[in-house]
Amino acid sequence: MAIENPGTSTWNGLFWIIQLFISINAVAKSFLQENRSRMLYYHTIASPQNFVLAKLLFNSLLMLAMSALSMFLFSLFMDYPVKRTWPFIGITFLGSWSLSLVFTFLAAIAAKAQQNAAIMAILGFPIIVPQLLVLMKVSNAVFVTNIPVPAANILLLFGSDILVILLAIILFPFLWKD
Amino acid sequence: MKKWWWKILCIVLLVYTLIAGLLWNNVPRLPQLNETIRNLYFHVCMWFAMMILFIISAVQAVKYLRTNDLHHDTRSREYATIGIIFGILGYATGAIWMSYTWVDPNRPAYESFSQIAKEPKLIGAAIALLIYFAYLVLRDSISDIDKRARIGAVYNIFAFAFLFPAIWIIPRLLPSLHPGGEGPGGVRTDNPALDFKALAPQMRLVFYPAIIGWTLLGVWITTLKIRLKALKEKTYLQ
Repeated sequence: MAIENPGTSTWNGLFWIIQLFISINAVAKSFLQENRSRMLYYHTIASPQNFVLAKLLFNSLLMLAMSALSMFLFSLFMDYPVKRTWPFIGITFLGSWSLSLVFTFLAAIAAKAQQNAAIMAILGFPIIVPQLLVLMKVSNAVFVTNIPVPAANILLLFGSDILVILLAIILFPFLWKD
Repeated sequence: MKKWWWKILCIVLLVYTLIAGLLWNNVPRLPQLNETIRNLYFHVCMWFAMMILFIISAVQAVKYLRTNDLHHDTRSREYATIGIIFGILGYATGAIWMSYTWVDPNRPAYESFSQIAKEPKLIGAAIALLIYFAYLVLRDSISDIDKRARIGAVYNIFAFAFLFPAIWIIPRLLPSLHPGGEGPGGVRTDNPALDFKALAPQMRLVFYPAIIGWTLLGVWITTLKIRLKALKEKTYLQ
């Protein structure tokens, strides 16, 4: 391993950057791999709101499984500096949920623009950086036992997740009109 | 343009801003700030103008999705472009201010820079500008006119929603030298430009006209760009 025993802040940063790339690669597949005829078929059987909600739900579950796997692999291959495991699992699930929601919607935009996954990174990085900052700040609290997990920041993340879902429901029908 | 009075108002206000802002001997001389407080009439107004232009851009994007009128799409794009330019000007004026107030004169410039570049406000504003650069990249990469307008408008609205965490919420949660947020020693201060009681009353006489003047200038430049674009499209059609 290149990094044998990273400090807690390095561990934290590495963990979230890997989550970010997992979510770009896992979630981008969901829209970019659908071919045109299958999209037409979906168009005949479901409304755009139902379709985007189903996509968001599927990608959220996929991302939760992925983040559970990466947590397990992190604890297996590196030392495990987390002092409070349950809050950390909660924060990780919340964070990967946010990542999957944002990137699902961006994948829908990128697929409609008929671009490759590169445009998704261009669109996604500036939007996701504030959320990653908050996530890293929040998850710093799990490496020590005496600082409480900041509740206001958790609420902020929840709020942004709800916002993404609402925007996706409102805006996706416009993307689907072809 | 049928209405032209606001262009005259813009010129009058900007001339007033320049003369009164730079010469009128009415600013309080606070420690460390001293006369550099006059940069308030320029630096803060740039960000105000940027924010207002981005709001107009998002409103035009919503209008496009409601009406499918391509004029709204052109307006949305041009307002976003000029908003980016005002953001860059905000950085430039901020850099001038910073070099007099934040830079430690006893240390080499590059050492101070590594400290200053970590400012949450600078990062937040950089994210905001990157979001709009991404909008331009996305919109201009699509060749089909209707599709370009529709996808551009959708991303514009989505991006606008994320502008608020990037420049209004996140920088306030982190410690910062910049006014507005947690200052040195954990003292919370509000941004003096937004908190109406914090600014000296005689400075407000210049500050509010300056905001209006710079914003009108931004709108004026944008309307010129929109008309130029309309003329270009006309020549393509012929």
